[in-house]
Amino acid sequence: MRIFEQLKRSFAITKKDLSIYYLKGSVIIQGLLIPAFVFISFILKREMSLDMMIPGLLGMALFFAVSAITPVITPWETRMRTFERLVSSPVYLWAIILGDIMASVLFGLFVVSFIVLAGIILLGVEIISFPLIFGTIIAAFCFSSLGTLISAPPADKPSDIMLIASIIKFPLIFISGVFIPITEMGVLKILSFFSPLTYYTDLARYSIQGTSYFSPVVDLLVLSVFTIFLFVIAVKWHEKSLDKRF
Amino acid sequence: MENIIKAERLKKNYSSFNAVNGISFAVKKGEIFGLLGPNGAGKTTTIRMLTGILKPTEGEVHIGKYNIQKESMEARQIMGIVPEMADAYIDLSAIRNLLLTGELYGIEKEKSIKKAEDLLKMFHLYEKRNQKVKTFSKGMKQRLILAMALMNDADILFLDEPTSGLDVESVRLIRDLIRKFNQEGVTIFLTTHNIKEADLLCDRVAIMNYGKIMAIDRPEMLKSVIKKTSSVEVAFKNLVEEKVFNFKEIIEVKKMGDKFQLYGNKMEDIIFFLINHSQKTNNEIISLKILEPSLEDIFVKLTQKNENF
Repeated sequence: MRIFEQLKRSFAITKKDLSIYYLKGSVIIQGLLIPAFVFISFILKREMSLDMMIPGLLGMALFFAVSAITPVITPWETRMRTFERLVSSPVYLWAIILGDIMASVLFGLFVVSFIVLAGIILLGVEIISFPLIFGTIIAAFCFSSLGTLISAPPADKPSDIMLIASIIKFPLIFISGVFIPITEMGVLKILSFFSPLTYYTDLARYSIQGTSYFSPVVDLLVLSVFTIFLFVIAVKWHEKSLDKRF
Repeated sequence: MENIIKAERLKKNYSSFNAVNGISFAVKKGEIFGLLGPNGAGKTTTIRMLTGILKPTEGEVHIGKYNIQKESMEARQIMGIVPEMADAYIDLSAIRNLLLTGELYGIEKEKSIKKAEDLLKMFHLYEKRNQKVKTFSKGMKQRLILAMALMNDADILFLDEPTSGLDVESVRLIRDLIRKFNQEGVTIFLTTHNIKEADLLCDRVAIMNYGKIMAIDRPEMLKSVIKKTSSVEVAFKNLVEEKVFNFKEIIEVKKMGDKFQLYGNKMEDIIFFLINHSQKTNNEIISLKILEPSLEDIFVKLTQKNENF
């Protein structure tokens, strides 16, 4: 079956996810407030310039918004017995996963654009640049792929997956140069190279401060590699766990 | 008539447990085929392998001209599926659920809207089309799920326990619609543990237990296998005890409420004995029926643990 037809069906899943899981007042408010609160609580009483703060906030907001719901969709739908109906329809598993990913990407981009607008209007920060726009889209796909990878174990309790998600997501924030620039991390900076969030934060720093640890091309390239890698692994793992899901 | 579903040496193992143990069967185009069996017999695993949801450990499935393992998308395009205990999206309206199904099957928008409205009318849900499914009763939800399975004008409908736990009105409506769609040429494959349902609906049934098919035939042919052991159902005006049926031609006695079911090979002798008993004891017979073996009798025989049938 043609890829274009599968992508159309994938987009039907995106629309379904958006209306069921994302376009709700509580989810939108949480998507905006949680990263803001975590960030403010961490930077309080620390001397940090606006230029230093905004890239970290952007990275964290995108990471939280995009990876908040994706890990729980599959276990939730397994529990509600809608996932079996979905996998029995003529849609490949990769297209189902891509549909879930696209919904969270759109939600993440909405949250980030809100922050960007607030930064421009309230703080007068110059943020918009081509590498950042392009990088934000790739990073959103990347973080969302990580979210679907987390949901691959055949659990039908969203709480089980939320626990795994927290164990993975929170350490990533602390090793990715969100709060402390990579240059100040000492030997721990080696760890930061394994986190995709590092490259997005670095790219955001480049767009706002004009300086970064890696070149923007490297950031974009590594983010793309992470995205493909995480997506492929997520699809393979979901395929493997499908037998145990029902 | 050509086969539309063909399963060959189908096997599914989970670690050391054999859920389905090398079964083979074929379903003809236009048939209503029932897969009967107790809980845990392997019915749902079989239907999941037939629909491509689970990969068989061994064996092959052909749906129409497609091999489900190699051409699963093409095969699914001609199927409608109602999985066991499936649910619709409860936060979406009935019509949105149907339109989503239409999109998943690649149906054009205008055609999809028309089809969804027709199905909602047919399943008596049109008035509630814009209501969220979470406000629906179980019967309404099941009707909607069946309507979703019909969105793509499927050639084959797979129904896993389609009337399980539903109210009488919904059961009757669903059975009538199953017959209607079958008359229009749709092949129906249903699993059930409701023997009467299989007897009422199916052209052929397969009886399954321990992951194996124990028998496969038309319901009447299966009944004829044990026809020699017919039974008589009798009720007396004054209640009697089981011991009064001590007669050499009666091989088994079952108490059924205020009646007794008597099994034997010579029905005439048993009836004569009952009339004699009634006259001797001055206890009037208020009901007397000769019962043919039911599909339930076959089912019980075949699914007995000793498997000595």
